[in-house]
Amino acid sequence: MKTKILICMGTSGLSAGAEKVESIFKSELKRHKLTDKCEIVRTGDRGLFRDVLVDIITPELGRVTYEYIKPSDVPELVEKHLVSGEPVKKLLAGKDYEQFFAGQMRIVLSNCGEIDPENIDDYLSHGGYSALKKVLGMAPEKVIEEIKKSGLRGRGGAGFPTGRKWELCRAVKSNEKYVICNADEGDPGAFMDRSVLEGDPHSVIEGMIIAGYAIGASHGYVYCRAEYPLAVQRINKAISQAKEKSLLGKSVLGSTFSFDIRIKEGAGAFVCGEETALIASIEGNRGMPRPRPPFPVEKGLWDKPTVINNVETLAAIRHLVTKGAGWFAAIGTEKSKGTKVFALAGKVKNTGLVEVPMGTTIRELIFGPGGGMVSKRLGLKAVQIGGPSGGCLPESLLDTPIDYESITQTGAIMGSGGMIVMDERACMVDMAKFFINFTVAESCGKCVPCRVGLKRMLEVIDAITEGKGREEHIKFLQEMSGTIKSTALCGLGNTAPNPVLTTLKYFRDEYEAHVKDRICPSHACSELLKYEVIESKCVKCGQCYKACPVDAIRWRKKEYAVIDKDKCIKCKACFNACEFMAIQ
Amino acid sequence: MKVDLAETKKIIERYRSEKGALIPLLQDIQAVYGYVPAESIELISKELSIYPVKIYGILTFYTQFYLAPRGKHTIKACQGTACHVMGGKAILDHLSDKLGIDVDGITPDNMFSLERVACLGCCGMAPVIVIDGDFHGRCTIQKIDELLDNYRSGKAK
Repeated sequence: MKTKILICMGTSGLSAGAEKVESIFKSELKRHKLTDKCEIVRTGDRGLFRDVLVDIITPELGRVTYEYIKPSDVPELVEKHLVSGEPVKKLLAGKDYEQFFAGQMRIVLSNCGEIDPENIDDYLSHGGYSALKKVLGMAPEKVIEEIKKSGLRGRGGAGFPTGRKWELCRAVKSNEKYVICNADEGDPGAFMDRSVLEGDPHSVIEGMIIAGYAIGASHGYVYCRAEYPLAVQRINKAISQAKEKSLLGKSVLGSTFSFDIRIKEGAGAFVCGEETALIASIEGNRGMPRPRPPFPVEKGLWDKPTVINNVETLAAIRHLVTKGAGWFAAIGTEKSKGTKVFALAGKVKNTGLVEVPMGTTIRELIFGPGGGMVSKRLGLKAVQIGGPSGGCLPESLLDTPIDYESITQTGAIMGSGGMIVMDERACMVDMAKFFINFTVAESCGKCVPCRVGLKRMLEVIDAITEGKGREEHIKFLQEMSGTIKSTALCGLGNTAPNPVLTTLKYFRDEYEAHVKDRICPSHACSELLKYEVIESKCVKCGQCYKACPVDAIRWRKKEYAVIDKDKCIKCKACFNACEFMAIQ
Repeated sequence: MKVDLAETKKIIERYRSEKGALIPLLQDIQAVYGYVPAESIELISKELSIYPVKIYGILTFYTQFYLAPRGKHTIKACQGTACHVMGGKAILDHLSDKLGIDVDGITPDNMFSLERVACLGCCGMAPVIVIDGDFHGRCTIQKIDELLDNYRSGKAK
């Protein structure tokens, strides 16, 4: 057995200098004449942001993980671990790393960070394309039956049963059908699709071919965001490798079934994740949704029946085909089966991708793999779930199990799985403003409720955060939200008021403080800040003094800090540095 | 400044027979020129019998397209949820102050363009900025000043 060196070459690895780490590994291996004995594997993101992660697998020591590896650490690693067979203790991945992976059940992400995404043989050696082989020996109806039995639901957020979608499309008679992979992951705060495309592109391709076989389509499209150049590059490579092995193209694996896949790059519009807008965009038009029905399964791309599935949905297909629908259905809850990948970010210790069985509670997720809050002093205030269509949930709802129905009941939505944890310094009115700002910018402008209604809401929230709020504003937001929800044309508009509705429901006191008292309890809304130190809260630690980029803070040991308002540029660095909320 | 349309002609020929290819065609044009020149739009309209209004409709709908040249380096500041919670707005404001330009502006020496982007999908390293495709995570004001100096002095590529 060769020694394997896995280097994490995901976005975070690359930005931290993974390329350099790899090149030094190569030269060091050469120096020690170990090149023939070791194999370097360039993997995708493992899901945990730990700069450059390196795993060394040797027959003697098994698998050892190192984190935060700098190029200068490599010579020591090679010398100690590979030459003398002793792990380098100070660079070993710590408890946090173990905790992050301990509570997870990795199915969709099982290959991410384990295989070289640009090498099809590596994928094949991990059981790749065996699901496709199995499927080609089954009748298409049987495949759909299997997917239905598994209870898989769309992972793009709405949770429509995947098997049902395929069945509806199969039932429509047409000479041409399409499969589209929706990789337009525009939700701020979600990055699981990106990691799957960059870390295991073949799993998505395999899922697409199986979908094509099941519904009777011969063409597929991957609609990928323009912001993900690396994902596009890797999918492209994967497609050409699959063609070489006749897994794609005319007569797949010698059968009578043919299937090809093309990539369409998005051009930067959030609304293109909505299926009818996505179709318009592939057809070369402005990405504007149209009313449904007819649904894409009847009339989709070029008016032909089309199945559109999210990246994560497609990546799950191969696993449930090889291991059986029963195995998949045994994971999760009664109505939500399988696992879900969450993108955990914000003020938690471990930020990254977490895959857990459906039905896990939010608390288990944040304090298990997430490792709890970053700061010991600032407690958790809210968790934002489901991106701009979701909502902010308070601490009291942390024991909500994560499944489609329970999350919807709270007023948020499952969405694509972004989960942002916020501490006491996050202002909920500001968060609502942030999301409405986003949806106003991303609204396609086709329908009045979304184009005009959201704009009016933003103006009102702006006024509230600037200390110009009035009593009737809160009532207005409530009413307008209801109107937009029930009258907008597509999912973007229908769900855009959710962040406002949930913050009004759970954090109404914050709105009232902004309106009645003209203060921001979280010290976040710039217009309401005075840039003064509250002496009763100041512990004289000097953190604010160290953080100020323009030396506007006077501080000496054992003295209260004082902010010089003439010098202050209002950058809020001191607010972020102070753990005692002592600056107002 | 006159635009050399030879490249535009080549790209048009590549997509002539493909249906629904207007967006990839414009993406290729932008890859060559750095923006979509008005002269190219005219030529596309004539060659492929598409009304200019439709082409402008697409160019103004999608944020990726530019109708004017950009600076030498493009800085994109992420304003996603995680970056927002971790202070992404302050980072953008600081960039704007430091460069003396608004979002979507270009510095007078044509060195930098500044843009905001909804989410770059690397929320674990928030707040994030991207300069010409290079990601810089966990940004602070000090770190940004250092980065800008490196680019100005030519230390960075």
